[in-house]
Amino acid sequence: MGIWLLRRLGQIIPTLLILSVLIFGLQQLMPGDPALILAGEERGDPVVLAQIRAELFLDRPLPEQYLRWISRVVQGDFGFSWRIREPVAALILTKLPVTFQLAVMAFLIAVVIGVPAGIVSAVRRDTPVDWAVNGMALFGISTPNFWLGIMMILLFSVELGWLPPSGYVPLTEDPWQSLATTIMPAFVLGSGIAGVLMRHTRAAMLGALGQDYVRTARAKGLGERAVVVKHALRNALIPVVTLGTIEFGRLLAGAVLTEQIFTIPGFGKLIVDAVFNRDYPVVQGVVMATALIFVTLSLVADVLYMAVNPRLRTA
Amino acid sequence: MIRRTVFAALAALSLTAAAQAQAPNQTLRIGLREDPDILDPTLARTFVGRIVFASLCDKLFDINEKLEIVPQLATGYAWEDPKTLRIALREGVRFHDGEPMDAEAVRYSLNRHLTMSGSFRRGEIGIAEAVEVVDAKTIRIRLKSASSPFLSQLTDRAGMIVSPKAAEAAGRNFGSAPVCAGPYRFVERVAQDRIVVERFAGYWDAARIHIPRIVFQPIPDNTVRLANLQSGALEMVQTIEPDDVKTVERNRRLKVVSYAELGYQSISYNLGNGPRANTPFGRDARIRAAFELAIDRQAINQVVYEGFYLPTAQPVPPGNPYHVPGFRPEGRDVARARALLREAGVTGPVQVEMTIPNNPDLRQVGEVIQAMVKEAGFELKLNAMEFASSLQAANRGDFETYLVAWSGRVDPDGNIWTFSHSGGGQNDGKYSNPEVDRLLDEARAVTDVAARREIYAKVWEIALQRDRHRMYLWHRKNIVAHSARLTGFVPVADGLIRPQDLRLN
Repeated sequence: MGIWLLRRLGQIIPTLLILSVLIFGLQQLMPGDPALILAGEERGDPVVLAQIRAELFLDRPLPEQYLRWISRVVQGDFGFSWRIREPVAALILTKLPVTFQLAVMAFLIAVVIGVPAGIVSAVRRDTPVDWAVNGMALFGISTPNFWLGIMMILLFSVELGWLPPSGYVPLTEDPWQSLATTIMPAFVLGSGIAGVLMRHTRAAMLGALGQDYVRTARAKGLGERAVVVKHALRNALIPVVTLGTIEFGRLLAGAVLTEQIFTIPGFGKLIVDAVFNRDYPVVQGVVMATALIFVTLSLVADVLYMAVNPRLRTA
Repeated sequence: MIRRTVFAALAALSLTAAAQAQAPNQTLRIGLREDPDILDPTLARTFVGRIVFASLCDKLFDINEKLEIVPQLATGYAWEDPKTLRIALREGVRFHDGEPMDAEAVRYSLNRHLTMSGSFRRGEIGIAEAVEVVDAKTIRIRLKSASSPFLSQLTDRAGMIVSPKAAEAAGRNFGSAPVCAGPYRFVERVAQDRIVVERFAGYWDAARIHIPRIVFQPIPDNTVRLANLQSGALEMVQTIEPDDVKTVERNRRLKVVSYAELGYQSISYNLGNGPRANTPFGRDARIRAAFELAIDRQAINQVVYEGFYLPTAQPVPPGNPYHVPGFRPEGRDVARARALLREAGVTGPVQVEMTIPNNPDLRQVGEVIQAMVKEAGFELKLNAMEFASSLQAANRGDFETYLVAWSGRVDPDGNIWTFSHSGGGQNDGKYSNPEVDRLLDEARAVTDVAARREIYAKVWEIALQRDRHRMYLWHRKNIVAHSARLTGFVPVADGLIRPQDLRLN
């Protein structure tokens, strides 16, 4: 087990290194000179542009720029934002809880809506209930987030005045207000995922309900509720859980459009603004942090599988 | 069932939202179009940043609603000779850290603007050769050559005075917690979320400051920014779109103030920057004249901006004393445009490409222009590009025409020199005419308003009417919307929100 874990950890380092080269390289393909965009309307002075390039090492060869960056990253120093001169690590740490909270809420909403809806539509297959649920799922999947977001703001904030239209209050500062600011974006994000979850739950449930063991359960006289919940659902949920984890991981990477519309200062907004402003250290830092989260999560998942399934340990 | 649960939950949450909407009149919340860049007067460059600075950092001079230069941290000035400016400073002014704002602090700040690596102020006041302390409340600035625009530069960031002690201690990180001598002091900044400032008790003009706290909130989406104002989550927004004005005007709890800006929207032409200048359009001014004759500025203004903007043919807006009154846009004349094209020996449609920053309104402007010039015999190809990319393309000469705006400066020099002088840093099309260069340099040294305006009139004639190096389309407007509870807002063409005399009832 110990050796396996070491080997697994050993794989992470080259993975992240390759990724860092990719991020750095891809970014260079973006048109737009960071010094020019940094200067904006003040780009008229070539001396200042040269000073900016020198200070940010933009005038050095790319391999040198990369080595300067990566050698600091391994020491935990992600550099600072060119635009506002805040350390990138601090920016990431302030955005992470925001995105995490939004992701958890969106995911809860998705599960609470999506899974029961999928079960109901599978059990009531080909009835008006099934059609209605399917229609709603289609609506959830195909409605663009930004449109739904703006409509919700207009309804709940402008017309009814129930919720603050945008912004974010940390959970630690004021839990109620925090929920009030995140419920709409979480619903917008969650409704889309709910549709996906519903469709997969439905498909998996239909598969499970047709299995021999379900027939056996019914044959031995179990009530329909027990058959559905205890026998069919247990097995049907396995693929749904896998899908759920992937969706949750995607939520953690930040919800670009939704965060932009609701002005939620999370990962998605951070990276979009950084790309538009050619704030390379921020782009690199956020992508590396996201990658690190993914790699860590998958490692944790593997360790858990090992703990659950002893057969894997000999492999 | 699910719907009902959601609604019930929302209703519960709404109680807290309602409580928030009734927040006491202690905080003014202002919605900005984007997140400002670094809050260091030397290194800053965004327009929204200047709105925050209006609360944080006082300047040597300010401008008023008539665009006159008025003293702020200074009390007056005198030209000892055309190259030597003497400035008297206000007494008893303190920075937010309690340090005195004196001649030494002014010398320190101006030198910081002039010498710090990466300073964007260098280009604005680089003509200053030396800053001398005469006595504790007087400084003398020696210029390399006479400059009439110089004083106006001290009405913006280049005239902001920072606490030398704080600036020395923080170095390049000064912008994370700026210490100036403005009416409000910096409290905190959460990137992309808010910038909070609170009233500085030791402010020299404290009697005019009535609101204890200001929170600046960047909200990039126009609809959402307006929704925040409508729902009472903001008391003021920096700008709204012309098509939203009617909605706001119908709302009795809100007020709209729209007033002309200092800048303009224009189309710059590539006349000499690389191979893409070498087209019939780039070589022949008659073809460009035909292009301009095919465009109806007022019609575009009506279609895209509800007629809100002010069609123009020159870079200086009418409110400015250097505006040349007789220099107006020509009317649309397709027949004359076609005749000019024939005269230039053009057969078949003229192929032109226009680079457009990828905004919905600018794309629409491009499409209307495309349709208009087609009737005169142009085939205009539109190339919508993300802004950063378009800027680089323009800089490198990878464009034929470029739809580009300028936020504007108080002094006309700031609206023309860098774009039309052959040595100008933003002359992307590399227009070069020795006569224009000479006139532009001459205008910098002339102080008499009428004489200087005459020189600019000559420049317009040569560079615009004859050489057709750039087309000016319209002056936009600053459209500020705010809660009716807010009073005392004075619109100044620079678009800043000055906190002096503002009250929340």
